[in-house]
Amino acid sequence: MNTSSLLAWVLLLAPLLSAFMIWAFLKPFPFLSQIVSVGACAISFLIAIGVALGSIHEPVTINWIDIGGLTVQLGMVFDSLSKVMLLVVTGVGLMIHIYSMGYMGEDPGRSRFFAELSLFMLSMLGIVVATNFIMMYLFWELVGVSSYLLIGFWFEKPSAANAATKAFLANRIGDFGFLLGIIMFWTFTGSLMFDPSLSSYFKGHPLVTIMALLLFCGCVGKSAQIPLHVWLPDAMEGPTPVSALIHAATMVAAGVYMLCRIFFVLEQSEQALEVIAWTGGITALVAALTATQQDDIKRILAYSTMSQLGYMVMAVGSSATIAAMFHLCTHAFFKALLFLGAGSILHVLHHEQDIWKMGGLWKKMPLTFLTFFIGTCALAGVPGFSGFYSKDTILEMVGEKNKMLFWLGLFTAGLTAFYMTRLFVLTFMGAPKSEVAEHAHESPFVMGLPMVVLSFFALVGGYSVVGIEKALGTTHEAMSQAAKLNVMILSVLVGLTGVGIGAFAYWNKQKEIVIFPLFKNKFYFDELYELTLLKLQQLLAGVFAWLDEWIIGFGIVRGSAFLVSVGGELLRVFQTGNIRSYAFIFGAGAAAILVFFLISS
Amino acid sequence: MSFVSVLLFVPLLAFIAIIFKVPARQAALGASLLNLFVSFWIYFQYDPKIQGFQFVQDIRWIQLPGLPEIHYHVGVDGMNLPLILLTTIVTLAAIIVAPEGIKRESEFYSYLLAISLGAIGAFVSLDLFFFYIFHEFALIPTFLLIGIWGSENRQFVSLQITLYLMVGSLVLLVGILALLVLLPQEARTFDIPRLIDYAKAHPLPISKEAVPFAFLLVGFGTLVSLFPFYTWAPAGYAVAPTPAAMLHAGVLKKFGLYGLLRVAIPLLPGGLEHWKSWLYILLLGNILYIGYVTIVQKELTTMLGYSSVMHMGYIFLGLASWNKIGISGVVVLMVAHGLSIALLFALAGEIKDRTGEIKFSELGGLGQRMPFISVAFVLASFASIGVPGLANFTGELLIFFGSWQAQPWITALAIWGIVISAVYQLRAVQSVFFGKLPAHLKDVEDLQGLAKKFPYLLLMASLLIIGMMPSSLLSVIKPTVEHYFSTN
Repeated sequence: MNTSSLLAWVLLLAPLLSAFMIWAFLKPFPFLSQIVSVGACAISFLIAIGVALGSIHEPVTINWIDIGGLTVQLGMVFDSLSKVMLLVVTGVGLMIHIYSMGYMGEDPGRSRFFAELSLFMLSMLGIVVATNFIMMYLFWELVGVSSYLLIGFWFEKPSAANAATKAFLANRIGDFGFLLGIIMFWTFTGSLMFDPSLSSYFKGHPLVTIMALLLFCGCVGKSAQIPLHVWLPDAMEGPTPVSALIHAATMVAAGVYMLCRIFFVLEQSEQALEVIAWTGGITALVAALTATQQDDIKRILAYSTMSQLGYMVMAVGSSATIAAMFHLCTHAFFKALLFLGAGSILHVLHHEQDIWKMGGLWKKMPLTFLTFFIGTCALAGVPGFSGFYSKDTILEMVGEKNKMLFWLGLFTAGLTAFYMTRLFVLTFMGAPKSEVAEHAHESPFVMGLPMVVLSFFALVGGYSVVGIEKALGTTHEAMSQAAKLNVMILSVLVGLTGVGIGAFAYWNKQKEIVIFPLFKNKFYFDELYELTLLKLQQLLAGVFAWLDEWIIGFGIVRGSAFLVSVGGELLRVFQTGNIRSYAFIFGAGAAAILVFFLISS
Repeated sequence: MSFVSVLLFVPLLAFIAIIFKVPARQAALGASLLNLFVSFWIYFQYDPKIQGFQFVQDIRWIQLPGLPEIHYHVGVDGMNLPLILLTTIVTLAAIIVAPEGIKRESEFYSYLLAISLGAIGAFVSLDLFFFYIFHEFALIPTFLLIGIWGSENRQFVSLQITLYLMVGSLVLLVGILALLVLLPQEARTFDIPRLIDYAKAHPLPISKEAVPFAFLLVGFGTLVSLFPFYTWAPAGYAVAPTPAAMLHAGVLKKFGLYGLLRVAIPLLPGGLEHWKSWLYILLLGNILYIGYVTIVQKELTTMLGYSSVMHMGYIFLGLASWNKIGISGVVVLMVAHGLSIALLFALAGEIKDRTGEIKFSELGGLGQRMPFISVAFVLASFASIGVPGLANFTGELLIFFGSWQAQPWITALAIWGIVISAVYQLRAVQSVFFGKLPAHLKDVEDLQGLAKKFPYLLLMASLLIIGMMPSSLLSVIKPTVEHYFSTN
């Protein structure tokens, strides 16, 4: 193995060692733990830069499992897709590691926090560089684990414990399908590699749609698409840096990344793509509608994340993988930024999350205000900010394929502008609406710095100077300039309308102006599942348990007479502990049977 | 003398030492530590490139009238070597976890050693007679441990488990004898490798294999809690003293699976063919039916007992596939399950001793008081639900892939088990360690000191090493499995 090859493995080894060292040795030294964890992330970031510049090459693969026609390799793929993703994950990751030093500064469990954060970095980077399905599944499950641990970081809170379990289970259901899809792929091709040339094995096969949809299940769980989305809003129980890194910028986007990776499978089935596009579109719309009526700042952002993920999934379903990845990158910057801003607010407001108890923060927290403003503009799609370009690209591409989805996406864009304006106005503008908001002050520098860096990228991430789009390849040469212009004008108009209505309706308001119970109650998904699926599973378990008790009970009743007679003898064996007599009886019996059989033959 | 025989003599010497009043715990500790080293020495000396058995010792023992010669014939290959490592690791952990100063201490530790001795003996025996007798020899101390040192209701439970497993063993014996009777006079032998060679060269008609295989399946199956012969397991493990539960669920129970793998299916492949659809139905009973029953359990140890029954379903799934991938998975998962369930039972025992509670409704929030036990329990839970990086994942993955080749639809149903097991295992984690700490548990203590933590660290490290480097086991398993299937 040469040096460059070894360096590539350091990408994964650094966070792995960090997690292990903190857990094994550094638990009692929180300051050292955070240095190690941040250092490990910085090393991964440097290597990601090396990879992006082309000075670090793909390492030699390792055969992890190789038996009877099943070969699982551990390797790394450095193509444009993974290079961009590596930079985003390690870059945003580093910012959030630094921010966490401030945010978690007083938490007694912060060693554990940083160990789990490193474990997350390892798993996430593993997904990005995976060369094959099983390697991806492996790290895919591990991000699920680290997400579980981090959502449940404050495990003494019952709500956090519930949210952690819920997240893991929803993801497991998705992974169930994902795994079936993977095994199907292997049955078709005899290989597990992400190799587009393998598609000749299943081209035109009637089962290819089923395989594609099963693989898509993994994304539905991880990227919180309807119907497995219910865990994401609850995941906000975790510390805010976790929400920013895992449940906004990177892990939830892994589903979209995976879809782009396996697009060579998905594109073989028009029906599967159609289902994917509609799943994404409906998720985008439902989440945006829900976001318009929420009061918890983190939940609004969570629904917004879900909605934006829906956008990306819709783009993949419309064969616009590059547009999806472009939006994934810009979204990672501005959504991480928004969460860090929200975290900064919560940090000084003593974890008051209700936007109706904020207000007037622009004066007290100027840096948070300014950076949050940039993030809001990017998300709302204000021209010139990064989100505008990536969202526009998606709308253009979707519009070419499916007009209905285009209008749905456009309407969602308007809603996005509306709910973000509502959030922004209620949080920063007007007069303070509570005691804590009165006494707010700016967060420490260590938290401010990452926000500044991220807002820079949220501002300029859309321009080709930064090169995200260029690195991924060209998106839309085929489209005429006129059509592009139309889409752009439409989306600007819709966005401005949303901003206008939001600002007009919520300026200086003290309480909600109009309540839509359907949106307020998140389309009753939790209640629906509670009543149907969970009840059904409980019923099944209850019936089986009853049956089981009955079988055992029956055995006891029927067996008791037998036990009394035979058992008396055996009991004596126990009480004396006399093994010899037991052994004798047993030996005699065995010998008798033996002789009987051999004679009878 | 072969080093494999050393593995059997070391506990024997410890017995003698205990009889001569050497402190029982120290003798047992010394013996199990020594055995751990010996087993690792064998593992590192074992050469995967050589086909067939290694460290063989074959001594003619006795010739009874009308019976084939009985040999003391032992040896290791890729199928039993991993199980030997499992046995020595779990034995050491169980002996350290065992309480000091328990009543009738010398008997207690002797019985633990006897289980370990019997298990190793059964795994290394290449003679049917010894194979069977060693397992019987290990069962007796299991019953005694439950009957004498068990918790409440031990009399009834030990009777139940005794009757169940004895009946299972007898059915098994009938099966073995019926199998021998099937063969022509000159082919009758207790020697397992010769029997396998004979079976390969002279396949019997399926119709003849069906009956003895049914006996073997039910006999071995009962010992492994194959649905519906499982009712002894949850109750038995709930009552058994912790080290006994660790050794039985972790190690001895694997005898039934190993028997199917080593004896029943190779000798009667037609029997498997004949009963395959039934086996699939039964193993789905283990995975789905027992899986759902596990979800609603109200006590930690009973829940673990049920979960162990459920996981056996996966191993049966791998056995039923009977191909290279599936069988490799079977061996890996036997080891992985043994390590993880031993760890879980040890931790459950620790929790029971420290809190005096075992009901989920009475526990909670222990993460705040017991950081080490929580971390270990969470890791063991992740292992048990097949999270990558831990040993069980490799086994399950191989079994799913192997089984898919044989029976895709059944396999798809069985894979739903990964959701079910996550439900009950995470529910257990949540209700024991998360949430508010109840007032009556305010003063419970965590494990202190490296000596006390050692057995847990040993089991956790084993799970991690196998999980991250599956080749640690597969490099040994693969040549044996490939050799077996290539000459078939």
